[in-house]
Amino acid sequence: MDAILLQVLNGLDKGGAYALIALGLTLVFGTLGVVNFAHGAVFMIGAFCAVTLQKVLTISMKVRDKSVTFFEAYKETPYLEVWFGEWGTMMIDYVVILSILLAIPVMLLVGLVMERGLIRFFYKRPHAEQILVTFGLAIVLQEIIKSFFGANPIPVAAPEIVSGSANVGAWFGLGDALVYPWWRLIYLASSLIVIGLVFSFLQFTTYGMVVRAGMEDRETVGLLGINIQKRFTIVFGMAAVVAGLAGVMYTPILPPDYHMGMDFLVLSFVVVVVGGMGSLPGAVAAGFLLGILQSFASMNEVKQIIPGIDQIIIYLVAVIILLVRPRGLMGRKGVMET
Amino acid sequence: MFNLSPKNDTVTMAIFAIAVLAMPLWLAPIGASYPDLLQKFAIFGIFAVGYNILFGLTGYLSFGHAAFLGVGSYAAVWSFKLVTMNVLPAVLFGTLIGGVFAALIGFVSLRRSGIYFSILTLAFAQMSYNLAYSVLTPITNGETGLQLTQQDPRIIDSLFVAAGEGLPSTNLFGLKMSGYPGFYFCAVLLIIAFFISLRIFRSPFGLKLLAIKSNQVRMNYTGFNTRPYMLIAFVVSGMYAGLAGSLLAVTDPLAGAERMQWTASGEVVLMTILGGAGTLVGPLLGAGIIKYFENIFSAYNDQLLHQMLAFLPDGMEGAVVALLGLFVGEGWHLTLGIIFMAIVIFLPGGLMEGIRRIGGMIQKRGGGKKPEQTGGVMRPTEQEG
Repeated sequence: MDAILLQVLNGLDKGGAYALIALGLTLVFGTLGVVNFAHGAVFMIGAFCAVTLQKVLTISMKVRDKSVTFFEAYKETPYLEVWFGEWGTMMIDYVVILSILLAIPVMLLVGLVMERGLIRFFYKRPHAEQILVTFGLAIVLQEIIKSFFGANPIPVAAPEIVSGSANVGAWFGLGDALVYPWWRLIYLASSLIVIGLVFSFLQFTTYGMVVRAGMEDRETVGLLGINIQKRFTIVFGMAAVVAGLAGVMYTPILPPDYHMGMDFLVLSFVVVVVGGMGSLPGAVAAGFLLGILQSFASMNEVKQIIPGIDQIIIYLVAVIILLVRPRGLMGRKGVMET
Repeated sequence: MFNLSPKNDTVTMAIFAIAVLAMPLWLAPIGASYPDLLQKFAIFGIFAVGYNILFGLTGYLSFGHAAFLGVGSYAAVWSFKLVTMNVLPAVLFGTLIGGVFAALIGFVSLRRSGIYFSILTLAFAQMSYNLAYSVLTPITNGETGLQLTQQDPRIIDSLFVAAGEGLPSTNLFGLKMSGYPGFYFCAVLLIIAFFISLRIFRSPFGLKLLAIKSNQVRMNYTGFNTRPYMLIAFVVSGMYAGLAGSLLAVTDPLAGAERMQWTASGEVVLMTILGGAGTLVGPLLGAGIIKYFENIFSAYNDQLLHQMLAFLPDGMEGAVVALLGLFVGEGWHLTLGIIFMAIVIFLPGGLMEGIRRIGGMIQKRGGGKKPEQTGGVMRPTEQEG
């Protein structure tokens, strides 16, 4: 029982990342009708926001180590610690949280620049060309990151206070066997919060209502005198922020490297297709579902029955879904069904 | 070389054959005339020409062709290990396996079109890649890659010659397949492959594929079942990929799973688009250019740049080197990505369209004649996904 619950948690965790990226992909597809292969790269840039901030905060100077009295010893101490003492140490400790504040404006900017600079010229071009140009953009972005940060993964630590594990089992009266890292729980919670925010923005604000109307029938909304294009651009920026936040929060779990975006992109596309092209709830549900499926498939008991299933389960599900129910789990009839 | 109207097909083929076989000569001035690179030109030329039969003619964007390349490589290496070091069985075997694999994947993937087709092929390729790395290790030798060993049985070879010291090398009835002989072997196969692709472009079959690209719905309404044709096109291009993969093994008897990764599929897409999808020569051109610049650009490093730019003033030199350093050496993919984006944005027909446009401009200036639509050059048309 514990093992199963643990796998569910693991799956929800991974699913959180899939769901956030897939949500952005679907937002972009639903509003602008663009298939964005560069979305994975946006996720990666988000992760590197955290890396950058960590590098900036830990710029160090050499300080005389007074505990050593025999000879002159120096140790590297970040400026922040020198200037602010305890506060500085704490700031460095909470770098991931601080990077969220940094990531929101940065990612919004990245998204807007991307949309205005490139994507808008591709609304009317065939999907194949959209895929190709964004694929090219993804290569460019990841190579730029690589040239600045190198090819190796760069670890970013979660704050000290949440570095341990939570005794999840005890919360539900299941004994002490079920423990789970705090940070992963926080990740799960915050991805749920982000998803909730996006949905309530679309559902409960006037702005969101107009965007949804635009997704239904862009032309009519335009005829009513609303500049729908501008709103869609903002939505693109929002999608970038969502992916970026996913990236920032994911850094303590998986040290970011330059090709993490591509790795997640392929899977997220599969998630979008399984959920149904253009369906936001579908993307989220499929994200969590596939995450859970994957973590169950990587249990040893399952692997013994069907070797290698953990490697292919997601793709297998996607193939089956596409062949049996091409509109996906929650896709609407008639949307990209052929 | 670019005048490809059906009437002078024979002439085209002759010119093409000569051009390919003489590559060591006319590529010498740009420093591309060494066997390793020439082999790559020919091999990736075959790959791209085959991919073009699918993408160029039917407009189906497959993101999984590297799987067939990888499978072809594995098949060829197994043929070296089990049967003989002669390359002919290896090439046949690789092509065949590539075709069978393509038939399996194509049968399923072709039930969908547009972006779904892309994702299905991508999913299958990723599955093959992941499996090759993990469970299929007995067949693929996992991360290390499949290699020749002393203990391989090599049934036919062992009948004739006793196993010598060291690893045997691939050969064609005794002729070693490394260096120039290897290149000429690949070149001959490239010429054959190109000829077949030319015949396909000219045939009613090719026209049907083009019709599928321009309007599949209408084809279906006229009572025409398009799927068998699509499947044949897919299998043929899979066989081309298998052939290319087996040639990679011929020139260097090694097969690794990384050949099947989806970035490798992306590469052949880049080649085809760069040269011009749907044109005969375009993909070859794209493959050649990418492989050439990959070689040239990745050879540059900061030191070499410093030497080249030594004439600049000191401060400026450092800055220029730092800037250029981003685009060469390790950063060559950055250049590739930028070029690729520029092509897709400004010249969706690829370099061949560029050449055609320039040709048209010259003609207009010369006689005021309208540029002739050549048979081989097909503009990609709008297609609803």
